[in-house]
Amino acid sequence: MPHVHDELLAVGIETYLERQEHKSMLRFITCGSVDDGKSTLIGRLLYDSKLVFEDHLATLEVDSKKVGTQGGELDFALLVDGLAAEREQGITIDVAYRFFSTERSKFIVADTPGHEQYTRNMVTGASTADLAVVLIDARKGVLTQTRRHSYLVSLLGIRHVVLAVNKIDLVDYSQEVFEQIESDYREFASQIGLNDVTCIPMSALAGDNITEVGSNMPWYQGVPLITHLENVKVDNELQSLPFRMPVQWVNRPDLDFRGFSGQIAGGTVQPGDSVRILPSGRTTTVERIVTYDGDLEEAVAGQSVTITLADEVDVSRGDVIATSLAPPGVADQFEAHIVWMDDQGMLPGRPYLLKIGARTVSATLAQPKYKVNVNTLEHVAARTLELNEIGVCNINLDRPIPFDPYDENRDMGGFILIDRFTNATVAAGLLHFALRRSDNVHWQAIEVDKHAHSLQKGQKPCVVWFTGLSGSGKSTIANIVEQKLLEQGRHTYLLDGDNVRHGLNKDLGFTDADRVENIRRVSEVSGLMVDAGLIVLVSFISPFAAERRMARERVEDGEFIEVYVKTPIEVAEERDPKGLYLKARRGELANFTGIDSPYEAPESPELIVDTTSLPPEAAADTIIGHLRERGFID
Amino acid sequence: MTTLTHLQRLEAESIQIFREAFSESERPVMLYSVGKDSTVMLHLAMKAFAPSKLPFPLLHVDTTWKFQAMYEFRDRVVRDNGLELIEYHNPECIEKDINPFDHGTSLHVDLWKTEGLKQAVEKYGFDLGFGGARRDEEKSRAKERVFSLRSAQHRWDPKQQRPELWHLYNARKAPGESVRVFPLSNWTELDIWQYIYSEQIPIVPLYFSAPRPVVKRDGLWIMVDDERMRLEPGEEPEIRNVRFRTLGCYPLTGAIESDATTLPEIIREMLITTTSERMGRTVDHESAGSLEKKKQEGHF
Repeated sequence: MPHVHDELLAVGIETYLERQEHKSMLRFITCGSVDDGKSTLIGRLLYDSKLVFEDHLATLEVDSKKVGTQGGELDFALLVDGLAAEREQGITIDVAYRFFSTERSKFIVADTPGHEQYTRNMVTGASTADLAVVLIDARKGVLTQTRRHSYLVSLLGIRHVVLAVNKIDLVDYSQEVFEQIESDYREFASQIGLNDVTCIPMSALAGDNITEVGSNMPWYQGVPLITHLENVKVDNELQSLPFRMPVQWVNRPDLDFRGFSGQIAGGTVQPGDSVRILPSGRTTTVERIVTYDGDLEEAVAGQSVTITLADEVDVSRGDVIATSLAPPGVADQFEAHIVWMDDQGMLPGRPYLLKIGARTVSATLAQPKYKVNVNTLEHVAARTLELNEIGVCNINLDRPIPFDPYDENRDMGGFILIDRFTNATVAAGLLHFALRRSDNVHWQAIEVDKHAHSLQKGQKPCVVWFTGLSGSGKSTIANIVEQKLLEQGRHTYLLDGDNVRHGLNKDLGFTDADRVENIRRVSEVSGLMVDAGLIVLVSFISPFAAERRMARERVEDGEFIEVYVKTPIEVAEERDPKGLYLKARRGELANFTGIDSPYEAPESPELIVDTTSLPPEAAADTIIGHLRERGFID
Repeated sequence: MTTLTHLQRLEAESIQIFREAFSESERPVMLYSVGKDSTVMLHLAMKAFAPSKLPFPLLHVDTTWKFQAMYEFRDRVVRDNGLELIEYHNPECIEKDINPFDHGTSLHVDLWKTEGLKQAVEKYGFDLGFGGARRDEEKSRAKERVFSLRSAQHRWDPKQQRPELWHLYNARKAPGESVRVFPLSNWTELDIWQYIYSEQIPIVPLYFSAPRPVVKRDGLWIMVDDERMRLEPGEEPEIRNVRFRTLGCYPLTGAIESDATTLPEIIREMLITTTSERMGRTVDHESAGSLEKKKQEGHF
């Protein structure tokens, strides 16, 4: 850390600390592979400008001699790599964050090593970066991977790009080579909307143009990398946006104080400003901006504060406080870019949780309009998205949310999707625009409603959902239940594979995505029939817990009775009434539940019917008894 | 236009993390170890919820072998700020008198701290714990998440960790699972010291140099903090001007010789110092990659 020593000696510690207080901060991401010298560059930045402690340095010296690639010279890549070891330990190699600082600035570098999982990792690292350093090997020029990295940079809304033309020493510091690469890159960058591009020729290994210009490229008129990074200002852009603050927490220490705590996602705010609460749309005035260190006269984007309002308006976690001069939109249907991040592919129609700002809602995705080939940027037709794929989809929420397009404000338009059962973060999304304004959406008032229908039929409608393996006896039992109900004068309808698969759903196969869509339609139909006042019996394998839950949520609480028809697979296979197991075992039937497609047994069904101990007739009686107990029939 | 300094940004980010984690958990707790990182973490937490009081307790998983000055400091902080402190001692360790002399560093730390933490989490049913770890402490921490999921067995499964985008954290978990949250992830050691200095946050006096009774062991100055310290034959405590860069169990924590008695002097020493932070803790020396291993087993 030569500069620290010099500065300390020159000015003394007190002055040094004083200067440190005014440091700014920049987050950037480095894009490129080890071959481009990325690890060497990061190692060099850490070494040249931050604290590389002596014991780390000693390790570095030893390792450089042992496994280094620089003939015993310091191999800076070793400061950051250690990846081989990680791979051996089976640890996910994803985003590593490195820190270094100069006299003027602190830097947080998102380092995304490796080629596998590249899209997921780079998108993660890019989501918080203000700037991207795109590395190019001067000997190779603009490659496919350069385009891929740059596309992701532009997708994630990073406005500042440094094109680091590295290994310039290996092309004899040639101005001609550099200028050719610069012009190739600029042409491509402008096509994808990257306009603020700074190109710097450098050698991370030799140290040219990293912290100092040096004498090897007298033709280069610009500043070295570090100086450029120190001069990038990001506060300006965020503060010039309209004021937005997602409310994280309602702060109520006592009855006299009611504040709303959050981090400002855009713009500035002062007491007296007129604000609107979204999605409710109520307007009021900012009274105070409260912090632990006292009230503020003004707060700006990036600060975490607590705001009190002049009026007693209803505000809760997830709401957005915004300037009333330019409030965000509110909607429940969007077009969005989706980056899929989970091993299990996207299932159109399945409800996922969507988290945006401090709000979590339920969301379903339509089949992608297309996916993007990240190497060629071509649009390709797709029915689903797999790990590391990027596509554009329509997305439907269960209630309206306040938002800004991602391009305008990342925190107001970026979201994650969470699987409701594994709780994994399965995707990242970027909202572009609303498909319709939600204030235009209202259900058509139907005077003859469910209540009227059920009064007319003298029964309480419900869905009795039979789930279980093929051959478990679902349909047999459901048929008996329907007969018995009919005998008692009930109005019923039985939905099963026979009457749905051949008509309504004849366009669907047996892939996971098709199974989800199959059940979505059946849920929808059964929901409509419940509105019509019917007792609906549904008999489908319905192997996935998520879809059964979707069906449950389609109707009101208490209207859904899940019956798990439980039969061990050996017994079902033994019965094999339609000869399907035999076919599946012979490999003539793909995606057969229980054989090569999973069955997720219900965790807490209303009823479990074990067909190894209960004959169909008795099973049907159990179900009728349950309906009576619950008051659906008398 | 206002330009936020790097400390203001770090502070605001940590506060956002605190509020998010608190809002999405049922029974949160802060792991408090009395050191400088815990002290900064506590300071940030109080800022996050002010003017409300800290809405969760502190948990000190104690080993009974900390420096006396740490216990005194801890009790004063708790009293002065009206905090709720839960002190936990693994009863098995008390019963078997587990100590660093008879049982070795590794077993001592494992039983008192790693096991103790698991027991405390289960006893009180905590579903989220704030910890003061930083990504710059060690290579393997550089890729640690801010929200880190632990299984019902308290294990850290690298494959189950979730991508973290923007400022969106996924705190969802199945029953029995818990989440560790690290609000200081993006702070460096220098940031911590700088912040203590500019916010004038009180820290344990052991960080400042003073004449203290010490003996030299394996190249480290070990302080004779109470009569339980066992001296090797020929060992004679001597008074030296020493201070500590990191705090833990006194028989396991090395001091450095120093005359730094003020914060600027400490920072100055740190800036031109020659050893990185964990060198003072003997636990890391025992095996390479030991921190990674501990983490998988449930250590913080």
